[in-house]
Amino acid sequence: MRDIKRIPGSEDELWIPRAAEQKQERKSGGGDGESSSESGKGEQKVAKKGQELKEEMDALIDEIDEVLEENAEEFVKNYVQRGGE
Amino acid sequence: MAIRKVMGTEIEYGITVKNDRDFDPISSCVLLVNSYREEHSAQILWDYDQENPLADARGFQVEGEKYTPNQQENIARNKTLVNGARYYVDHAHPEYSCPEVTNARDLVIHEKAGERVVEASRREANRVLPAGTQMLLYKNNSDRKGNSYGSHENYLMDRRTSFKQIAEHLMPFFVTRQIYCGAGKVGSENRSRPCVYQLSQRADFFETEVALDTMVKRPIINTRDEPHADREKYRRLHVIVGDSNMSEFTIYLRNGVTSLILAMIEDGALNRDLALRDPVRSIKDVSHDPSCRGEIELENGRRMTPVQIQAEFLEAAQNYASQHELDEITRDVLAKWEYVLEALARDPMELAREIDWVIKKSIIEGFIERKGLDWGSPQVQMLDLQYHDLRPDRGLYALAERQGRVERIVSEEEILHAIHNPPEDTRAYFRGGCLRRYAQEVFGVNWDSISFGIGDEPIKRVLMAEPLKGSKQHVEDLFEASPTAAELVRNLRS
Repeated sequence: MRDIKRIPGSEDELWIPRAAEQKQERKSGGGDGESSSESGKGEQKVAKKGQELKEEMDALIDEIDEVLEENAEEFVKNYVQRGGE
Repeated sequence: MAIRKVMGTEIEYGITVKNDRDFDPISSCVLLVNSYREEHSAQILWDYDQENPLADARGFQVEGEKYTPNQQENIARNKTLVNGARYYVDHAHPEYSCPEVTNARDLVIHEKAGERVVEASRREANRVLPAGTQMLLYKNNSDRKGNSYGSHENYLMDRRTSFKQIAEHLMPFFVTRQIYCGAGKVGSENRSRPCVYQLSQRADFFETEVALDTMVKRPIINTRDEPHADREKYRRLHVIVGDSNMSEFTIYLRNGVTSLILAMIEDGALNRDLALRDPVRSIKDVSHDPSCRGEIELENGRRMTPVQIQAEFLEAAQNYASQHELDEITRDVLAKWEYVLEALARDPMELAREIDWVIKKSIIEGFIERKGLDWGSPQVQMLDLQYHDLRPDRGLYALAERQGRVERIVSEEEILHAIHNPPEDTRAYFRGGCLRRYAQEVFGVNWDSISFGIGDEPIKRVLMAEPLKGSKQHVEDLFEASPTAAELVRNLRS
C-alpha cells in the first residue's frame, strides 16, 4: 500500500479562486429559473460601457503578456503530435 | 420510454516536453500516468478480455488484430482510479476516461476532475525530468499540422433502436452542434480550404459519413459497437465528432443536448426531414463560418443556416419536454440551449462567457487589436494552443476563469471531491468502492467487470452488465458487511 495521503503536487489552494475572483459580473446565460429574463440580460450587456469592457480586456491582456510562452514561433513549430484515438 | 442516458467522456491530451530534443511521447505518457499516486493504488490489470473494438454497429465484425499488451506493460499503461475513472496511455497520448455518470452536470464535474488528475501527475512527473525541461499538457485535439487526437463521448442507448435510425437523425445534428460545442481553432489543416479562424478543432479531419475507423478517414458517425454492458439490451453510442472543451458551460450543453436528442430518437420523437446533401462538406463549411449565417444544403433542396437547423431540433425537444417528465437538469439544459441559439442568431460574440470558440476568439481579437498583430502571427497560434494549457497559472482558459470572465456550472468543491470519489448512481460507485477497500485483492478491471485474486484461489470475476447497478443505494450495505475482499465475494455468492 502506498503511503501518500494526498495527490502529490496538488497544492489545493491553487485550485480555489481567491474570494475577489469568485465574483461574476452577470448571471449564467439561460436556465437557472431565478435569473432575470433574457431581454433583461441583453439590456444589461448593451448598457455595459465600452470603456468598462476595454478595461476588462486590458486586464486580461496584461496578464497574458506575463504568461504567454516566449519564442512563440519556435514553440508552435515544435509542437508536433502523433495522431491518436 | 427512453432509457436513462448513462454517459462518459474519453479525453486524449496533447503532450510535449519543452526544451527536450529527444522528446518521446510514449515514454513521456508512461511517466505521466505512473506519476499519479492515490492512497489506494495497487498493481491492477486492465482486463482486455472484455474488449472488442472491432465489432461494427451495422451488424458485422471487422477483421483486424486485437491489442493485448503483456501483463507488465498492461500495468504500466493502465490506472483505474478510486473515482471509477480509467487513466491510461493510448498510443502516444495520455487519456482520461471519466466514470459513468447519469447527467450532464455530473459529466462536467468528472471531466473537470480528470483535468486536475492529469495536471497533478504532470507536476509530479516534472520533478524527475532534467532541469530546464518541462512537461506540458494540452486539452485540445490538434497540433495544427494535420495530426489529431480525440475527445469521445459515450452514451448508453437501447439496443432496440436501430443504428440506421440513430445515424439518420444524428447526422444533421452533429454537423451543426459545433456552433455551440466547438473549441475554436486558428487556421485550417488536413487539406481543408484556408481560413483564419474556425469553430471546431476537429471538423477538418472528418472525411466520411459513417464508419468504424477513428484514426484514419474519420467518420462523422462512428459505428464501434462495444456496449461495455449487456449487449442484448444496450448499445453504447461512441461519438468521435466532438472537440475537447475547456468551458464548463460548453461541456454541459454538449452532453446535455446530445443525450436529450438521443432519448428523443429512442422515443421516436424526431421526425423532421433535415437530411443533408453533403455532410462531410457541410461540417467544414459550418466550422469555417464564425458568423454562423452561411447556409448549407439539405437533401430535399432547402437551404438552412446551422442555427436554423439547431432551432428545428430545439423546437422538437420543447414539444418532447411538454409531453414527458424531464428532470431538472435536462430542463435547465433546454433553457440554456434556447438562450444560446437566440444569441447565435443575433451575434455569436455575445457568447464570450459561455462558448469555447467564442471565448477563445474574443481573447485573440483583443490581443491582436492591442498588439497590432495579424491572425497569421506566431503569438496568435500560441494563444490558440495555450488556451488549452492545463497549468492553472499559464493556461489562458484558466486565466479567463480566474478573472471571472467565464460562466461556471459547477463548484470548485464538487470538482475536488470528484477526484477521490465516484459518482454514486452508477456502477462506477462499486468499481471505485472496491478499489478503495480491496485494492490489494483487485486483479483486473474493465468497465463491466472487476476481478479478484484472493490468496491462492482462482481469479473471481464479478460482472457488471447493468450500468445503473452497483450504485451506492445497491451496494452500500454489501460493502458494510464485507470488510475484506474474500467476504465481498462470499456475500455476492450468497
